[in-house]
Amino acid sequence: MKTESHVLLFIGFFFGLVGIIYWVFSHEDAGSIMLLGTFLLGSVPGFYYLWWSRRMSPRPADNPEATVEDGAGVVGAFPGSSIWPFVLGIGATFVGLALVFGAWTLAVGLFLAVSALVGVIFESRRGGLV
Amino acid sequence: MTILADRPSVFADSPEPEPEHEHGPTGILKWITSTDHKVIGKSYTITAVVFFLMAGCMALLIRAQLASPDSTLLSQHTYNEMFTMHGSLMIYLFVGPVAFGGLANYIVPLQIGAPDMAFPRLNALSYWLYLGGGSLMMMGFLTTGSAADFGWVAYAPLSNSINTPGAGPDLWIVALLLTGFSAIFTGVNLVSTIYYLRAPGMTMFRMPIFTWNMLVTGILILIAFPVFTSALVLLWCDRNLGAHIFEVSGGGVPVLWQDLFWFFGHPEVYILALPFFGIVTDVISVFSRKPIFGYRGMVFATISIAALSTSVWAHHMFTTGVVLLPFFSLMSYLIAVPTGIKFFNWIGTMWRGSVKFDTPMLFCIGFLGTFLVGGVTGILLASPPIDFATHDTYFVVAHFHSVVMALVMGAFAGFFFWYPKITGRMLREPLGKACFWLMFIGTNVTFDPQYLVGLKGMPRRVAEYAASDGFTTLNRISSAGSVLLFLSVALFLVNLWISWRKPIPAGDNPWDASTLEWATTSPPPHHNFLKIPPIRTERPVWDYNHPEHRILDHGQPRFASMAASNGGGLAVLDKVDTDGADSFESQDPDR
Repeated sequence: MKTESHVLLFIGFFFGLVGIIYWVFSHEDAGSIMLLGTFLLGSVPGFYYLWWSRRMSPRPADNPEATVEDGAGVVGAFPGSSIWPFVLGIGATFVGLALVFGAWTLAVGLFLAVSALVGVIFESRRGGLV
Repeated sequence: MTILADRPSVFADSPEPEPEHEHGPTGILKWITSTDHKVIGKSYTITAVVFFLMAGCMALLIRAQLASPDSTLLSQHTYNEMFTMHGSLMIYLFVGPVAFGGLANYIVPLQIGAPDMAFPRLNALSYWLYLGGGSLMMMGFLTTGSAADFGWVAYAPLSNSINTPGAGPDLWIVALLLTGFSAIFTGVNLVSTIYYLRAPGMTMFRMPIFTWNMLVTGILILIAFPVFTSALVLLWCDRNLGAHIFEVSGGGVPVLWQDLFWFFGHPEVYILALPFFGIVTDVISVFSRKPIFGYRGMVFATISIAALSTSVWAHHMFTTGVVLLPFFSLMSYLIAVPTGIKFFNWIGTMWRGSVKFDTPMLFCIGFLGTFLVGGVTGILLASPPIDFATHDTYFVVAHFHSVVMALVMGAFAGFFFWYPKITGRMLREPLGKACFWLMFIGTNVTFDPQYLVGLKGMPRRVAEYAASDGFTTLNRISSAGSVLLFLSVALFLVNLWISWRKPIPAGDNPWDASTLEWATTSPPPHHNFLKIPPIRTERPVWDYNHPEHRILDHGQPRFASMAASNGGGLAVLDKVDTDGADSFESQDPDR
């Protein structure tokens, strides 16, 4: 987990530095705030990963000497086929159409989107172990 | 139904594990409901290529219009639509999605030994949002007004409801909102997959460079796309709710749009570029039969390029007169350093290798040459005095087309390289080579004259020029080149058609490649791996197919004291973990 955190911390460090330099020389608001946001995007998860990397034992993926057997067992739960991403995508597209042409497609879009959300949630509940 | 993915067993185990069957629907329902990253990756690639063909046709129309002075082939209004939609389709719907949605979606889980992407249903949602967004954008052509016609950058105040009224521009905005979310979800998916689903022993510094670049691309997506998506919401409010965020009349700031747009737009250039850098790195290594030269340098260069690319956004805005010229100029120059490291390492990888000039390798070499031209002219443009003189001329157009055509060659290298893995069939080599030469020559014939015509002062985004301007000959040459590009793409489609009608089976590892995706079958089974080779270096498949060679860790002999993946130390291991190698059955037909 250490290398992962270092990648993000580098992003945070770099944009912290660049953000300060940029603000000092330009006093321009929009760019400085975007650089601040980018600094947070790197440093917040970066420090979180660093904090975790010191508390957890290395995963097989972190251990250069790990054998395939070390990772034996279940990797994770992966959903099988599901119609709901399609329904949600079409729903979002109809909501998008409503932003251009007015309200009537909004009803269709919201109906599809909400039913997709319900569908996804129940699908996971039915799914078993996770 | 949720399926629990078990870890694949050791490669060397003799009994063949039962393939995991997917009990999903078939036919069209499979394409609609699948959450398998391979199906989604294929959908993404096919859709992106369709958008590529549409945008290519628009480019041909543009070149036909410009082939002669005072041309009346297209009305000025249609011409505006054409260059806007050409740019939008190419940038937003082709080059990006084909990389991070198509190839990366398919290849990254295979390269790190994962059964799927981390969030399969989110992955499917990404695709459907992308398709929905792309359809909305094209729907602009069906509206009574027109499709968007304010350039792919949609500068304020040109993009407000007075200057570009109608539904087409609104559709463009909403389309990019949808594809923006799609890209963000894909970014989240890529980063989580690479952080959490690597196979045992696949440490970060053993990942193929393509996967490294996709990780950094994922982070860049998370930096850049939210800014753009929210800027689009603001623009929509300006157009439809009477907000005045980008309008002087209500106290707004038009330049703010440029700031927000380019804070997305410049990282976007590298979101487009980094995946193809990764493809080129891997392909050059495979076809030079050498480990990557300067692996860590490559990784560092990738991260530096990503970081620097996000701090140079205003070099597109030098002529606005309100940006910090020295800062953005210096940062833009600095990008040349990590890019130079990459070039050095690409050449170092080929150096003294036994280079095989198969089609993917040819495309990579074409990439190197073309990208060099685009990159060096980019450094020129980073200088404010030169930029003032050439801004909004064809010099800039030629510069970024050199860059993106290099990326297209990178994409074709990826297609030719991974097509056997994705379909289990080979593409025809002679046709592929013809495709390459037509594309390479076509690119130079099309875009090199544009540098000259730009230096002579031809402005971009203008539908006509007069015969007295002296632009005619160069534009003729350029238009002729675009025909070569058309033929090149046509040959590629013919190649696909032939391989579909008369397949040549590819086998698992036709290129004798080194990374993990070549350890599984072509096409890979459900959840990707039945068996997995032990991963001791960044080239696990090569190590097992070639037990006669010493196992090299990043090109160095493997050292005992430095058990870590990082290389270094002195004591050479007598026997590296080759226990499994004896019983390993290579799929390589030569063995």
